Amino acid sequence: MNKTLSTQVLIIGGGATGAGLARDLALRGVRCILVEKRDINAGASGGNHGLLHSGARYIASDPAAARECRDEGALIKRLAPQCVEDTGGLFVAVEGDDERYIADFADRCRRCGIVAVSVDPKDALEMEPSLSTKTIAAFAVADASIDPFKLSLDNLAQAGGLGARQLLHHQVVGFDRRGGRIATVRLKDNRRGIEILVQADQIVNAGGAWAAEVAAMAGGRIKMVYSQGTLIICQTRIGERVINRLRMAADADILVPASTVSIFGTTSKRIDVPDNYRPTTAEIDAMIDDGRAVIPKLAHTRYIRAYAGVRPLVRSGDGTDDRAVSRGYSLLDHEADGLDNFISITGGKLTTYRLMAEKTADLVCRRLGNTSPCRTAKDPLPASSEARYTEPGLTPKMWFRRKDPSDLLLCECEMVPTSVFNEIVASLTTDGHRPGLLEMGQRSRVGKGPCQGSFCSLRITAHMYNEGMLEGREGVGELKAFLNERWRGMQPLLWGPAVSQAELQEALHCGLLGLDVSETA
Amino acid sequence: MVIGAGMAGMAAALFASRRGIPTVQAGLTGETLYASGLFDLYGVSHGSSRVLIDNPWQGLQMLRQDYPNHPFCRVSNAQIRSAMDLLTGFLEAAGYPYQGYPDKNARLITPVGTIKRTFRVPETMWTGVLALAAKAPCLIVDIRGLRGFSATQIVSTLKPSWPDLKAASIDLPWENRLGPKYAEQIARGLQAEDARRKLADAIRPQLGLAEYVGLPAILGIHDTETVRKDIVKMLGVSVFEIPTMPPAISGVRLKAAFDMHMPGLGVNAFYHHTVHTIHRRRDGRFVLEIGRTKPETTVMADRVLLATGRFLGKGLVAERRGICETLLDIPVCQPENRGCWHREAFLDPKGHAINLAGIEVDNRFRPVTATARPVYDNLYAAGSILAHQDWIRTKSGTGLAVATAYGAIEAVADGLDDNPKG
Repeated sequence: MNKTLSTQVLIIGGGATGAGLARDLALRGVRCILVEKRDINAGASGGNHGLLHSGARYIASDPAAARECRDEGALIKRLAPQCVEDTGGLFVAVEGDDERYIADFADRCRRCGIVAVSVDPKDALEMEPSLSTKTIAAFAVADASIDPFKLSLDNLAQAGGLGARQLLHHQVVGFDRRGGRIATVRLKDNRRGIEILVQADQIVNAGGAWAAEVAAMAGGRIKMVYSQGTLIICQTRIGERVINRLRMAADADILVPASTVSIFGTTSKRIDVPDNYRPTTAEIDAMIDDGRAVIPKLAHTRYIRAYAGVRPLVRSGDGTDDRAVSRGYSLLDHEADGLDNFISITGGKLTTYRLMAEKTADLVCRRLGNTSPCRTAKDPLPASSEARYTEPGLTPKMWFRRKDPSDLLLCECEMVPTSVFNEIVASLTTDGHRPGLLEMGQRSRVGKGPCQGSFCSLRITAHMYNEGMLEGREGVGELKAFLNERWRGMQPLLWGPAVSQAELQEALHCGLLGLDVSETA
Repeated sequence: MVIGAGMAGMAAALFASRRGIPTVQAGLTGETLYASGLFDLYGVSHGSSRVLIDNPWQGLQMLRQDYPNHPFCRVSNAQIRSAMDLLTGFLEAAGYPYQGYPDKNARLITPVGTIKRTFRVPETMWTGVLALAAKAPCLIVDIRGLRGFSATQIVSTLKPSWPDLKAASIDLPWENRLGPKYAEQIARGLQAEDARRKLADAIRPQLGLAEYVGLPAILGIHDTETVRKDIVKMLGVSVFEIPTMPPAISGVRLKAAFDMHMPGLGVNAFYHHTVHTIHRRRDGRFVLEIGRTKPETTVMADRVLLATGRFLGKGLVAERRGICETLLDIPVCQPENRGCWHREAFLDPKGHAINLAGIEVDNRFRPVTATARPVYDNLYAAGSILAHQDWIRTKSGTGLAVATAYGAIEAVADGLDDNPKG
């Protein structure tokens, strides 16, 4: 007999939108369950720049999205300051860039109500010494840097406090439809392989790039295209502000500072299915060669990780340039598909996640007959404890302050002590599942330092066995999955000293430990 | 002149000194600290279908038939055997004996509970090979605070196929200080007999029916056999070491043995020195400036052997546009572009193409040009810098280093009567 859960609203997808929606509904007193097939922000919500847009990037291609970004950006800065570093941004053009676009920029911003202050190129160079000396125009805008993971965890933490449940690593495998209603949703627990049923009054598909797949299972239709964006993380922080290329939106345009590092991107590459995405060496080489025109340093800096995300774009026309497809969101009621308790929300941007959640919650509440107003545009987002260990420099500070010699460091590069590790494990275990190495890596700085997990992964698996978190041959599988995942981000950036580091890692994990052949006794 | 102080450079200097060839050696020995101390020869077959190798000599014969470019094709099994014996003989004399089967790979357990195949094993680890082969009743002990080594992990992982395995954790008996423990500190501590007694006392109550006790590699540095035999006597069972994650004590022992005993063989060794400039005179002789941070000494050499290693050893450098050899910029055989260097999965059993890149040599271990002619007739190369091999995936690191060093030194010796040509 399968376990059956019942709730008012089932949210499918644990990205920024799903998390924001869970909070919005919880604040209106609606009971909900959020399911996510992998981990929080596993899709585009995790694979992006971490840029809180002023809107200036979309003034030409999508003025409506530009205005949404303008309003939402300002709102998030005010209500969720713990997730934001208010760096400000610059739009910069260099010799050879399109002069017409430069000339029209201020005017276009004004028409969208976006503040863009002209900055003398000499002053711009003083503000951002890494800029090219061939800078010919610059404007200051209200861009900022945002931590998307913290944002989602904070949303979920408040939702959870108000009674919302989350089921991570649970995948929707089917819908049982009775007439125009979805009677039950079938979930598979991807770890234990068992099936769970959920009965919900309303079902919201916030599946991001996977929204079309989810909708299709329910008998709904969404026309989507998938655009891969690749980003690379520089080992150090280059620049104090977000630096945008002042031109019609193209590849390799944006450098965003994120605490101690900077993130450079991005690309726009059409892919057929949302699962087949990974950064390629060709994309990265092209990006560096392009971006160095504005920031020459990009040619020589050391990069620590590459990653990609898939933009879920909802298609209306037949254009071929994915950047021309609207960056606005799509809220679909699926009434034309004959469904009356299924809603899809996809497209959009990280910056507008709250608005997307609000509009979706409005529709859900209308259907439920709930008249409580939305509170997320007024109430601050409380900072949660779950999200704090992703911040570089925090655990070292705590560790030095506590001075407890028995609290051994598990990750030496980023100084993550055993106590923090155990605390995160405890917070994840209460939800009824055992966290693995990958999840721990996402919720802390583990594996993000110079060794990229080569050494700390071994210390951590040993620790996990000692604590009874792993048994049998599980550790070998955990190590392999963790190392292969870290590799995804390293492989396209392997040149220079990174190749030596990779060689050492291979000598250790394959040469000595034989994880490539995994011979058993 | 031998450039490099990794395993290939050390072996080459050793072989050259045994043949009475006046030798200068320069290089950094720090990397040896990362050595596992296990001497692999050929544990997993080369090529895309990875087969575990039982008899390395037969395996090498097959390899030579299937992959005529592989550096192992340029030396015979008899030469490799002599090379291995010379190396282990040197280490035995330095107080660090090795063990192994004549014609069979040994299998031993790793700290993550997998099995590793290797050819020569430090004596301190040897009874572990026997314990595993017999699946004998065995106790694995870890030390609280020594991170990355969990007896529970090893035992849980191996238990399905080795039921008589038990785990225990002990506190370091002579150490009241909290905090992390390091293998090297423990090993230095165990040089005192009293510490050994306390360690044995801490283990004894856990023994049960165990006939073997496996410990992390901590049993001394210079006098490993004294330490181990003493504990064996105290416990009345066999005791063996299990390798730990690098930098491990086994690397410290090797480095100590080389640092202390190589100069005694007549090798004019400049460790912690690197080659700053090298140029070849019109008469063919090489002039090298070597030093720690800046040039300190000038060396004139009739012949130069490059044993500078790969990327970690800095013999090769991988730029975004291609791979180069760092000292003389000699041609590097390599994949077409960076996109082909590595596979999408780190652990892909097929291995990464970049690892087959390197210096191509002729039968006398002289680097060759694209047209297969020696770059210089008095320049040789050996060790992991060579192309067409993947020492990590085929578990053949030390074997490849000593075999090619041996081959190269033989070639040098053969050519000693000829003067270099300009």
